[in-house]
Amino acid sequence: MSALVQTYTVDASDFSGAGEASGNVKKTLKTLGFAPDVIRRVSIAMYEAEINMVIHANGGTITVTISPEEICAVFDDVGPGIPDVDQAMQEGWSTATEEVRGLGFGAGMGLPNIKKYADVLDIKTTVGVGTTLTLKFFTR
Amino acid sequence: MTITQIARLLDAKIYCCEEMLEREVHTGVGCDLMSDVLAYVEDQAVLLTGLINPQVVRTAEMMDIICLVFVRGKEPTEAMIELAEERSIILMSTEKGMFASCGILYHAGLKSGDDC
Repeated sequence: MSALVQTYTVDASDFSGAGEASGNVKKTLKTLGFAPDVIRRVSIAMYEAEINMVIHANGGTITVTISPEEICAVFDDVGPGIPDVDQAMQEGWSTATEEVRGLGFGAGMGLPNIKKYADVLDIKTTVGVGTTLTLKFFTR
Repeated sequence: MTITQIARLLDAKIYCCEEMLEREVHTGVGCDLMSDVLAYVEDQAVLLTGLINPQVVRTAEMMDIICLVFVRGKEPTEAMIELAEERSIILMSTEKGMFASCGILYHAGLKSGDDC
């Protein structure tokens, strides 16, 4: 199988739609016959990143490249950037609004959870410019 | 424990996916914080929550949770029911509170699905 590339636009004005891209990728991985453990790790990490994109970054684009050995998801946004990545990686640290917390998110578990489930997590961020989050999952 | 048994024990109203009621779940979780569900819950659990918004259904989808129980008489919106139907996730609502609902299911043999 050659690599399959999917691109999604994430609309920050529609909180209820957050997770649509992750759900589609999950469906694709199931159809392609990836192992349940791989599908679970990709789904949870992608969903966390997609929610973050809606909550913190005014939306953006997701590019997913699927090959038999590896699944790579790149989250690109032009949001405010992350001033202190080490701080953002700490469990419980969050800048989410009360409104977001009222919806069940913003507990400061997003990035730590992504790190837990992805084999590779790379964060490139510039304050005032945006953030690129690259997640890689090895299938074997 | 089957979903039918859960519905009977909690005297719950079912909103969708009735064809799946004989499916089995082995663990349960009571939680209003979806961030914690994503971080700690084992798969194929039933999730009891007082939170009403579509992201509860999407969280269930990502976690392979096949049944959501809304406690304290809360009811899912039409948008949530539609989303759950598309994703084959059973939605039900009970008048019982979170503590009582979890206690009833635990007493009936359902194991905890978020032990660390």
